[in-house]
Order: sequence, then C-alpha cells, then structure tokens
Amino acid sequence: MSAIGIHIMGKQFPARAGAPAREIFRDFRLDVAAGEFLVLLGASGLGKTTLLNIIAGLDAEYRGAIRFAGAPPRIAYAFQSPRLLPWRTVLENVALVLPSGTEGQEAARAMLADVGLAELADAYPERLSLGQQRRVALARAFVMRPDLLLMDEPFVSLDTASARRLRDLLRRLIIQHPATVLFVTHDSREAAALASRIVRLEGTPVHIARDVRVELGVTERGSPARLQAFLSDAGLAEPEALSGGA
Amino acid sequence: MSTASRLLMSALSLLALMLVWQVAAWWAASPLLPGPAAVLAAMMRAAEGGALQRNIAITLARVAASFIIAMLLGSAIGIALGRSPRLNELLGPWVIVLLNLPALVIIILCYVWFGLTEAAAITAVSINKIPNVAVTMREGAAALSRDLDEMARVYRLGRWKLLRHVTLPQLVPFFTASARSGLALTWKIVLVVELLGRSNGVGFELQTAFQMFDVALVLAYALAFTAVVQLIEIGLLQPWERRVNRWRR
Ligand SMILES: Nc1ncnc2c1ncn2[C@@H]1O[C@H](COP(=O)(O)OP(=O)(O)OP(=O)(O)O)[C@@H](O)[C@H]1O
Ligand SMILES: [Mg+2]
Repeated sequence: MSAIGIHIMGKQFPARAGAPAREIFRDFRLDVAAGEFLVLLGASGLGKTTLLNIIAGLDAEYRGAIRFAGAPPRIAYAFQSPRLLPWRTVLENVALVLPSGTEGQEAARAMLADVGLAELADAYPERLSLGQQRRVALARAFVMRPDLLLMDEPFVSLDTASARRLRDLLRRLIIQHPATVLFVTHDSREAAALASRIVRLEGTPVHIARDVRVELGVTERGSPARLQAFLSDAGLAEPEALSGGA
Repeated sequence: MSTASRLLMSALSLLALMLVWQVAAWWAASPLLPGPAAVLAAMMRAAEGGALQRNIAITLARVAASFIIAMLLGSAIGIALGRSPRLNELLGPWVIVLLNLPALVIIILCYVWFGLTEAAAITAVSINKIPNVAVTMREGAAALSRDLDEMARVYRLGRWKLLRHVTLPQLVPFFTASARSGLALTWKIVLVVELLGRSNGVGFELQTAFQMFDVALVLAYALAFTAVVQLIEIGLLQPWERRVNRWRR
C-alpha cells in the first residue's frame, strides 16, 4: 500500500512541427491516501495520461517530484491502448509480468478465466477484438497484485455487461489485495460506481476543479438513479453525458 | 494458388528452360555450349571420385562461417547504431563507405594483408556482408516500439525478458530480410574468394575448368551448387521464417 505525494512544478511539451508548445501542469499538487480509489475526470487532451506517465516513472521530463511513502510500490499500468506483445500468446502476455515458472502460468490462466478469456489463452492478440485485448491487458495488470494500479480509461470499447463484470472483478481484486488505484475515465457514472474519491481536472495548465469524497454503499453504487443523484449533488453531472458524449 | 500447383508451375517452367537450352545446344553444336545430357555426364564424372561433393562441402563450410560471422557482427553494429543517434552520426558514414567498396577490392586487400589463408578468405566474405546486415538491422533497431518499451519498464521485466520477449521479436523481420539477401550475396562472393586465393572449393574448381575451357564441368559445378543453396533456402530458411511469423494475422 502506498500513499503518493504528487507535486508537479512544471510540465510542458515543447513546440514540434506545427504544434505550439503546451504547458500541461504548473504547480500542480495532489495527495493520494493509501488504499484510495481515486478517479480522475477531465476533458480529452487535458493531461490525464501525461499525469499517469509521470507517476509511473515513464516521463521524467518535468520539474517537481512524486513521493511514495515507504518502499517503492509495485506498479501495474493498464495503458490507454492494450500494448500487448503480438508475437506472444494471450497466456504468455499475462504470465510475462510474473516470475517464470509453472506457478506464474497457473496464476495467469486463472486470471484469464476471471476476465472471461479462458478459451483464448493460446490465441495471438492480433486475432482478438479490441475489447478482448483490453481484457488481456487488465488481466496482466491485475495478475501481478500491484500496490499501485494505474488505469487509463480501461473499460472503453467494452459492452455494458463486460464493463460491469470487470468493475466487479476490480472491486473483488482490491478487496483480496488492497491497492491504491488511480483511474482515468470520461464517464462520471463509472467514476461514482467505483471511486472513493473523484477529482475533476480542468484547464491549461491543469488545476483541480472539484475534489469529492464518495461514500456510497454497495447497493447505492448498483443503482443508476442513486448514482445520478449523487453526481448532481456533487456538481459532477455532465450535461454532455446525456447526449452520449465521450 | 495451392502449394502443389505452384510446384507444378515451377517444374514446368524449369522444364521449358531445359528445352530451350537443349535446342540452343543442338543449334550451336559446339563443346563450348554443351547440352543438359553432357552437363549431367560431367556432373556424374565429378561426383564419382567424390570431388564434387567434397568441394561443395568445403565451399558451404566457408559460406556458413562467413555468414554467421557477418550476421552476428552486422546485427551488433546495426543495433548499436540504431539505438544511439550519436554513434550513428559518428560511424554511419563508415558503413556507407564499406557498403560501396567493391567486393573485389576487399578480397584483394584481405589477401594482401593477411596472406592467402582460410582466415583471410572468410574475413573478406564477412566484411563484404557486414555493412548490408548493419544497415538493415539499424533500420529495425531505430523503429523499436516505444509503447512496448514503456510497458516493459513499468512491469520491470528485466534485461533478459526485455531482450527475449520485446526487443528481439521486433527485429526478426529485419534479421530474416538480411539473412535472405545475405545468403545470396555470401555464396556468390565465396566463389570469387576461392577463385583468387584458395586451392579447393567450388570457386577453385570453376577456375580450373575455365582454364581448360571445360564448359560442361563449369555448368556441372554451377548447377549442383545452386541446387544445394536452393535446398538450404527452401528446407531451412523458409520454414524458420514461417515459424517466427506464425503470430501474424
Ligand atoms: N509526446 C508528446 N509530445 C507533444 N505533446 C504531447 C505529447 N503527449 C501529449 N501531448 C499533448 O499534451 C496534452 C495532454 O495529453 P494527454 O495524452 O495527457 O491527454 P489526456 O488527458 O490523456 O487526453 P485523452 O482523454 O484524450 O486521452 C495534449 O494536448 C497532447 O497533444
Ligand atoms: Mg489519455
């Protein structure tokens, strides 16, 4: 388990062939408590992926610091695109992040069954639909039992039933193996269903427009009407969500 | 087209070539253009004492040695250049110079500097091939996926797993491409190297036959060796390529 102190003094992307320089973050602070399920909401192109990349240690070109309390956490990152190895089977892709050996193979197989892909274990990723590839990527992220789970719009392009199943699986996994979760989505209903805290980001450079604690019970989270009511109370209901945006 | 009908087409095409050759031989009626039968007879004669087999084996061993050296060194150089833009700026021009140096010049220099030895021969062939491999592999190494590299970093895959599961598979298409063109280039250059400074091998035998104007023997050696190289290509290289490409849609 890990608490994270995020302080980004400055992050910009330099001007490149046509695109002007962009300042994404300036003096941005966010503290994440251990075991928190933090959902980040924000418009497209705002800097959410950039933030996750910085936290994951993939982007070091910023001023500031990311502090983890205690030992460096085991990080799993479900990227915005699946990023599977096309030349390895589904099972090999999942087992890749575990120590080699039959134990890892078994754990990977069990996790694939959990995400509903048991029968595709020996297929190659390019023969899977995008939704199935996403589920493989999720299995890979879950199977390593991370302390910190970064998820970048992991449930898009899934039908409602699969998305709900995976949300349930995610909840179950976190109960089995507590983790701090940073979860990016455009869907505020999904945010309310999962989060213990919702942060809405806005503007260039990014600032925190809203920071809401979510204290809903299991039954309330299962009720769309209740979630909608919560969102309007919290000022997080999106008008564009009604017209099917994002 | 199915494999069977493709094979049939190739066989027919080769048969037609034989026919044209036979007709040309009849028409020329000269020992300088022997027909298929005469060449076959020459091949049998050379094979009887085991000379044909021995020389082909010797040449193949040289091909194999220089091919492996060239693939290893060329890949290492190419990957290093592809990964480091600085190194590429520094050494890239050397590769271009080497690439454009005529094969004959490299062979002569190797024999002059290292003597008429086996090592000099193999070095000469390898040096001819290394820049081709390096250029192809450099292209592959420069095009490695950033996305997958980031994935490997987040999941702390470690050097060996990264190499084996992420990096090398991305280089395979480039490796097979240079292996394919490499084999074709290597066996041609090996013959020249043998002709200039060795006392056995297919190249040396060709030279001897040439001095005696024994065209039938020249063709016998050429055809036998080409057939062996084709067999290697079809029996070894192509199945390997299919195996490493089985994940493609
Ligand atoms: N490597 C890069 N070089 C230059 N600009 C970049 C780079 N990566 C991202 N950007 C820019 O930074 C901004 C934020 O990008 P980011 O991917 O973080 O957005 P996002 O909030 O994740 O959007 P989305 O919801 O569409 O995924 C965008 O305007 C993008 O154009
Ligand atoms: Mg994004």
